[in-house]
Amino acid sequence: MAAASAAVVLVAGCGGGGPASGGDEKLTGDKIVLGVLNDQSGAYSELSGKNSVKAVEMAIADFKAKYGDKAITKDITVETADHQNKPDVANSKAAEMYDRKGVDLILDVPTSSAALKVADVAKEKKKLYFNIGAATTDLTGKSCNKYTFHYAYDTYMLANGTGKTTTEQVGKNWYILYPNYAFGQDMEKSFSAAIAQAGGQVVGKDGAPFPNTTGDYSSFLLKAPTLNPKPQVLGTMQAGAELVNVVKQYNEFKLRDKGIGLAVGLMFITDIHSLTPAALAGTTYTDAWYWNFDQQNRAFADRFQSATGTRPSFAHAANYSAAMQYLEAVQAAGTDDADTVVKGLEGKEVNDVFLRNGKIRAEDHRVIHDAYLAQVKPQAEVTEPWDYVKVLKTIPAAEAFRAPSADCKM
Amino acid sequence: MSGFAQNTFNGLVSGAFYALLALGLAVIFGMLRVVNFAHGAFYMLGAFGAYVLLTEAGVPFWAALVIMPLALAVLGMALERAVIHRLTRLDPLYNFLLTFGLTLILQDLVKSRYGIQSSPYATPAALSGSVNFGLFDFPTYRVFILGFTVLLCVAVWWVLGRTRIGMVVRAATERPELTRAFGIDVGRWVTPVFGFGIGLAGLAGVLAAPMRAVNPLMGADLIIVVFAVVVIGGLGSIFGSVAAGFGIGLVQAWGEAYLSEFPIVSQTVVFVVMAVVLLWRPAGLFGREEAPA
Repeated sequence: MAAASAAVVLVAGCGGGGPASGGDEKLTGDKIVLGVLNDQSGAYSELSGKNSVKAVEMAIADFKAKYGDKAITKDITVETADHQNKPDVANSKAAEMYDRKGVDLILDVPTSSAALKVADVAKEKKKLYFNIGAATTDLTGKSCNKYTFHYAYDTYMLANGTGKTTTEQVGKNWYILYPNYAFGQDMEKSFSAAIAQAGGQVVGKDGAPFPNTTGDYSSFLLKAPTLNPKPQVLGTMQAGAELVNVVKQYNEFKLRDKGIGLAVGLMFITDIHSLTPAALAGTTYTDAWYWNFDQQNRAFADRFQSATGTRPSFAHAANYSAAMQYLEAVQAAGTDDADTVVKGLEGKEVNDVFLRNGKIRAEDHRVIHDAYLAQVKPQAEVTEPWDYVKVLKTIPAAEAFRAPSADCKM
Repeated sequence: MSGFAQNTFNGLVSGAFYALLALGLAVIFGMLRVVNFAHGAFYMLGAFGAYVLLTEAGVPFWAALVIMPLALAVLGMALERAVIHRLTRLDPLYNFLLTFGLTLILQDLVKSRYGIQSSPYATPAALSGSVNFGLFDFPTYRVFILGFTVLLCVAVWWVLGRTRIGMVVRAATERPELTRAFGIDVGRWVTPVFGFGIGLAGLAGVLAAPMRAVNPLMGADLIIVVFAVVVIGGLGSIFGSVAAGFGIGLVQAWGEAYLSEFPIVSQTVVFVVMAVVLLWRPAGLFGREEAPA
């Protein structure tokens, strides 16, 4: 609040022709404000949450260090809010950030239904929004708009990587278990399409209650081996604590011994940490980024760890990258005017710690980059904390994401 | 056929958790007239306690199975003495709000220390195999849970039915005024009974740790179903809570197995049963209607 009124005074000062520099105003309020809107207390708070705010602060520090006195401004601050994964809360917090806190860019926003609301707000207010945490392809499909960019990952990327490769390498017959709400249904459709494309088939699929108050999935896990033809892969689309329940019970019923492998739709390094690699050994999934992939990632992970005490998930790295790319774009444009910045971003090719062979597509604002097919290591091969996976192959940016959708009309 | 048997077995295992939790709620309600909203939080503390004991002190599952219920029973008794009994003379809503507040505090304390992410807890090695029942295989750990819970329920039933303590508790549950009139000091049994109920919740938590996600909200999700179970069984009815616990576990398992094409039905079946039971017998299946004043 104090910051907001100070900004008003500053703007008023400029209008009065006070400061010697005078002339056109390059930055609204003479400063840049980045807003991180995400889940800070619920199911997604560990994989992103407050540590994503830290990642954005790291980006600001790196930007200032890089440009020194040549930086467009030294006054760059972060606003944060907890949207509790609720679309209505996300909607009002986003409007508040843009209107009252002077936020130039909103970052993150996990939970697809909440992300779609924020995209609408960004469009209405003509302010920028980089989504990182949500997976729905609608952000670059029928709900796309000029001010919204989709970073990191989406359901197509996950299904394409995991669905295709697992069908080719593990087995053609799938049983899909998904949480019965927007995200789960979207994942089930994307996976079914990818499996069919790779020559496999879905022999059974079930929508489990969401949220699953009983925590029990045994009726589905018992059903899997009785299907005809028998599935070779169980594809689980559950996330967070629900994923933990499914995997615990998958192991309890020893489905792997019965010839049914496990493929996970969406998994973060934090999920592997809570299940332990032993419970997931051999599971394949698609990762948008892995902290121990190469020297550059590792150097970032070391700095992140000294700031937060933990290793970064791909969401943390993507928040860092998104904040950095925005600041670079403002620096290059010499203004924080949203339309000018968007023009500079569209079609830009980028390489940084998160984006490898990255490109900001002009057609639908999908930020494409290399993705990775990862496999959880057996416990015996884990040599240091958090180093839980090996990257089986890099999926080139052009293959990792879908072609621009015809549904997207900017 | 083997599929049906497996699903039935599973229903009984889920039912075992409901029964343990509902039994604790029932004795507490019977003795104190308190609807203990914090029951789910104590279940969560039981599971977390087992995790902390294992990772920070190397205490195995079997020891945790004894330590956690006792520790939580003591904590429960302290809470009863410190706050809950001060409100029992007032409208029941006061204690409802108090225990709800306690739930939020306990959840957030655990969250602030261990985060929202689930914590790992492995099945004890001795129980990690599976048992062959001829028709089907079943995880040993689940067989253990079922056997253990049935034994425990029988033991509680025996204590309540055959001992003097049990007689006092039953009498005080059903006719508190009359029991006092006979010169029995009901008050001195209130605190131990509350501790006992909480201990059962903690025990259920320890049992859940190897097969469920251990996180601060695990109890909050489950407790809603348990309340439905208690209402179906009849508030305060000890036998009713156990019977309804196992019964609801079965109904849910069959619903999920055979009605999976109709997720709306399989997800709401518990509450549909509750509504029907309440219309037919407002005091629950095994509850007794309050005698008209």
